[in-house]
Amino acid sequence: MFIGYFTERPYQDRKSGYFGLAGRDITDLSMSNGSYDPALGADLYNRYLDEKVYAEEMGFDGLMLNEHHSTPFCMGGVMNVEAAILARITRRAKIVLLGNILPIWDDPLWLAETLAEIDMISRGRLVSGWVRGTGRESVSHNAQPPFNWERFQEAHDFVVTAWTKPGPFRWEGEHYHYRYVNPWARPYQNPHPPIWIPGVMSRNTVAWSAKHRYPYIMLATEMEPTRQSFAYYTECAKEHGYEAGPQHHGYLFKVHVDETEELAERAGRRYVQGPANPFLEGNQGNIRNFIQNLPGLTSRTQLLPTVSTFAAVARGKDRINADGTFKPADYNGSYEQQVEKMSIISGTPKTVLPKIRTVLETLRPGSIFFWDGDGAMDHNDAMRSLRLMGEEILPACREMAKELELPGPFDIDPATNKPLDPGAVDSSAIERSA
Amino acid sequence: MDTATETHTGHTIQVAGLSLRYLAGGVGAPVVVLHHSTGNPGWIPFYERLAERAAVHVPDMPGYGQSTRPEWAREPRDLAILLLQALTRLGLPSVALVGLGFGGFVAAEMAAMSQERIRRLVLVGAPGHQPREGEVLDQMMVDFHEYVMAGFRDEEAFRAAFGPDARRTFKELWDYSREMTARLTWKPYMFSRRLAPLLREVRTPALVLHGAADAIVPLDVARQYAESLPNATLEVVSSAGHLMEYEDPAGIARRIAAFALAG
Repeated sequence: MFIGYFTERPYQDRKSGYFGLAGRDITDLSMSNGSYDPALGADLYNRYLDEKVYAEEMGFDGLMLNEHHSTPFCMGGVMNVEAAILARITRRAKIVLLGNILPIWDDPLWLAETLAEIDMISRGRLVSGWVRGTGRESVSHNAQPPFNWERFQEAHDFVVTAWTKPGPFRWEGEHYHYRYVNPWARPYQNPHPPIWIPGVMSRNTVAWSAKHRYPYIMLATEMEPTRQSFAYYTECAKEHGYEAGPQHHGYLFKVHVDETEELAERAGRRYVQGPANPFLEGNQGNIRNFIQNLPGLTSRTQLLPTVSTFAAVARGKDRINADGTFKPADYNGSYEQQVEKMSIISGTPKTVLPKIRTVLETLRPGSIFFWDGDGAMDHNDAMRSLRLMGEEILPACREMAKELELPGPFDIDPATNKPLDPGAVDSSAIERSA
Repeated sequence: MDTATETHTGHTIQVAGLSLRYLAGGVGAPVVVLHHSTGNPGWIPFYERLAERAAVHVPDMPGYGQSTRPEWAREPRDLAILLLQALTRLGLPSVALVGLGFGGFVAAEMAAMSQERIRRLVLVGAPGHQPREGEVLDQMMVDFHEYVMAGFRDEEAFRAAFGPDARRTFKELWDYSREMTARLTWKPYMFSRRLAPLLREVRTPALVLHGAADAIVPLDVARQYAESLPNATLEVVSSAGHLMEYEDPAGIARRIAAFALAG
């Protein structure tokens, strides 16, 4: 079992008017950065890095980062910068990027070099995920949505080739062209960093991940559709002649642990009180369907079962008035509803562990990520939870995973289904650099 | 011929290995009409009025409606080449060419390429130049219902054309068309800096029609067409919007026919 820690790194500006329970609604791609406060940004970036360092101390296997653009719900506009810093200030945990938004890169050679540097500085701790990005990302970096899927695939093929094929060589593709590929930086890991693919709704991406034997990480989707999507992966794997196992399935979900049930509820409610990702289940904020449905971005006939409950789609339809304005977000119902269906798990270790066990039994993932410290949660909320996770949750989860036989992608190699050597990362080198 | 009604017929031809669908009606001198970026919704009253005076041909531009998508097409110029090849296939050596909105952008590219094939050029609310003032309303950033509505000066006319809430078939057409438009002119949006310099050589008599109340393409774009085409006349239609052929089919057809069929 591989256990990671994640927060979306919200831009928590209490002066902004869209922060907190009574704050005004956030509508995606509708807010000016004119009021952005870099001093607050400085505090928050450093806070989130500190929390990652503490997460490593508390025993997490992985520190997960993601990337979004032009939005207050995620400050990771340049995730690779944070990853590079973590590469130097942490020692043991994997740095899990879920992921770089391939189609928006016009120069993926630069990305191949960036990630190789991070992999070297971290001495082989990089996990490199790829995503296609939402409409927001296509708009922000003006990447042509009809070519999103083609660019995703070609950029992937290019980066992997640039990492593995001795240069110089020429690349004349459909969307990318290079006359001289010979990056003077190669990944520390051989042949290259592990590739995991996060997602929420694209059947194409699941089938593609299964074809490449890349673990697929479902991002905070509801349990039953997640289970069905894993089943689809398994079906695709069979077509490619192998048996998918827990090492191929990952799941990100919201878990907060606290000292008392009262504290846990107060902090748990904060998941839906800050500038949280409007695209994921139960969060506040409005999406604009025409941006989510940019022409050609998502194939209209290639949707996973999760799409039926995918918050952006379901709520977007319900909440648009006839005149195109949005109905107010349902703050009062959503927290309870999420707790009810375990989209949010918040409590003391005693009440949280049985719920985590249900998730593990139902989905049988080999990697899990606890999504915490988000929304309106402050540093103290995050740190209390991290401490308790280290003291009680992680050891108990590892026991459960052993009992349920849930190997992670660093226990069983997803590419071969063979056990991996736990000493694959050169620990003596880490000691020398410490 | 694939289909026939009292007013028009439907046909499919092959161009560069792609199926190209077009509607035709009327008799007389050939007039080819290129549709908006939202696709051609069918034989609309404007075509019918025009067909009272001419032989009207309305292709679904490649990648729109029932014409096969050229997967390789990346800019309006690619459609212009295919449409000139289609005219050759149709045995139409010289036509009056009418471009509506984005169809006008493609028509201007065709004229830049092969002016001897185009006897008269009519551009209606056409984009293609970078506006010096204002911006072309970006259909990628609004709901397509809202976008089409913005083409009308009068909401009643929108409802009359597409139904109170726009029928599902129209929305599918708009959705599908928008994908092709995004393949051709996502960036830069609705203009090419490589068009204006070439239009200086186009001696074809041209009529540039632009609605004074056009909320999609700024009037300045029409002025730039009039400046770059040596034999162009700019006519600003008072109180007309972008989709003027829907709001006044008879009047606009009469105006266009008078110009396109003259000489």
